[in-house]
Amino acid sequence: MPHASAILAVRDLGKRYGTTRAVDGVSFEVRRNEIVGLLGPNGAGKTTTINMILGVLAPSAGEIRIEGVDLARERERALASTNFAAVYAPLPGNLTVQQNLRCFGLLYGVRDLAARIEEVLAEFDLMRFRHTRCGLLSSGEQTRVALAKAMLNRPRLLLLDEPTASLDPSAAQHIRHAIRAIASRDTLGILWTSHNMYEVEAVCDRVLFLSQGRLLLEGDPKTLPREHGAPSLEALFIRVAREPLTFAEPMA
Amino acid sequence: MNPRHVAAIALRQYYLLRSSPTRLVPLFAWVAIDIVLWGFIARYLDRIAPHGPDFLLTLLGAALLWDFFTRIMHGVTTAFLEDVWSRNFLNLFATPLSVSEYVLGLVLTSIATSLVGLAVMLALASLAFGFPFLAYGAQFVPFVVVLFLFGIALGILASAMVLRLGPASEWLVWPIPALLSPFASVFYPLAVLPAWMQAIARALPPSYVFEGLRALVAGKPFPLRELAWAAGLAAAQIVLAYACFVAVFRATVRSGLLARYSAESTA
Repeated sequence: MPHASAILAVRDLGKRYGTTRAVDGVSFEVRRNEIVGLLGPNGAGKTTTINMILGVLAPSAGEIRIEGVDLARERERALASTNFAAVYAPLPGNLTVQQNLRCFGLLYGVRDLAARIEEVLAEFDLMRFRHTRCGLLSSGEQTRVALAKAMLNRPRLLLLDEPTASLDPSAAQHIRHAIRAIASRDTLGILWTSHNMYEVEAVCDRVLFLSQGRLLLEGDPKTLPREHGAPSLEALFIRVAREPLTFAEPMA
Repeated sequence: MNPRHVAAIALRQYYLLRSSPTRLVPLFAWVAIDIVLWGFIARYLDRIAPHGPDFLLTLLGAALLWDFFTRIMHGVTTAFLEDVWSRNFLNLFATPLSVSEYVLGLVLTSIATSLVGLAVMLALASLAFGFPFLAYGAQFVPFVVVLFLFGIALGILASAMVLRLGPASEWLVWPIPALLSPFASVFYPLAVLPAWMQAIARALPPSYVFEGLRALVAGKPFPLRELAWAAGLAAAQIVLAYACFVAVFRATVRSGLLARYSAESTA
């Protein structure tokens, strides 16, 4: 049974491409007011997992529930309370910031859309770019636009796939602070992937380590390295990436 | 069916058209060139064969209707390709948008853009060449409706093809109307085609339209039964094309193609 405060409950999730198991029996939860880091080396299955939660990739096995709603059976209802931002999914560059927000606001069924657009423009410091085409913005500005879109429908589940990957340290810190503020203010759960372990320690309440499609470790990013004899989260990450078999039994 | 979702798809296309002359001009530029070309050809033929058929009606009318059909089909596929070019599928289908809402949004966009093209064509054909559009009035509507339905069916089918084969297959979409035109007997009677081509033509609603147009110009009764059959055929083809799009969409969700759809990954 999922925890009472679980926004996202993933059970025995699997994705196979022929004989390759991209994701294999992964189970986890994301709870309200919690930021969960989904970590792992390239090809571990992080983006595959996120794509399945977003409903754009069909699982081969398992179940995804968003606020108790089965994504496979009630896709539209489940996705109404979800949103995401990913470095590989910028908003269309040929529309202005405001036009994109209006289109996606309609798609997410945002009430009082005009007022909500003003709020997210102000929150992510985008007022002066509202009439600028997204394709003309810098990487940092585009990331802020993607986050503004991601917050437009006040999601209960927010998926962030390497949201700071293309940002300089200053811009990345600004984004981290903004997301941390949102997480503490709003009743939402966040699933965050990143290769920046400093960032993960600073932001995440809990981390999940994926390798070769399997969930190997779970815990507090501040105590987990010590529990496994590693000096830092980055050192633990490298061990998980290079020696996944030493982490023996994958988590249920 | 959520009308706000459909409106979002149409609104995005409206924003693109409004902000870009390169998108706006093709709505009427090519059809206008066709009307001018066929208008002069028809005028010349009417002059050298004054006792022949009414070339203005048969040739210019056929060119006008065929361009309208092409515009409808390209209207659907161009709207779809906008999302291909901007790699927007992941953003779109991670929202509560359903496939039916998405396709309906594309169709509504095509209706709007095609009506612009039709209005320009009719105005140019009437004013520059004296095309007697108003003399036929409401009789013109069923011909347009059949072509409109078939254009939608073909546009949805072509979009499904690009979704399945990847962005590089875009070049296959543009010549589809030209490939069909010999079978649709746009400029000549169906009877001149060999039997095997006639068999294919009977599955194409436009062939009934152009046969009917020629019959009407020749003073025969309005081909109501043929046009009703053609409309039914085109409606059935819309259903089949939509079913094909849904099947392809589901396959791309299963295979992961939708999530990683981009020119680099699928070409």
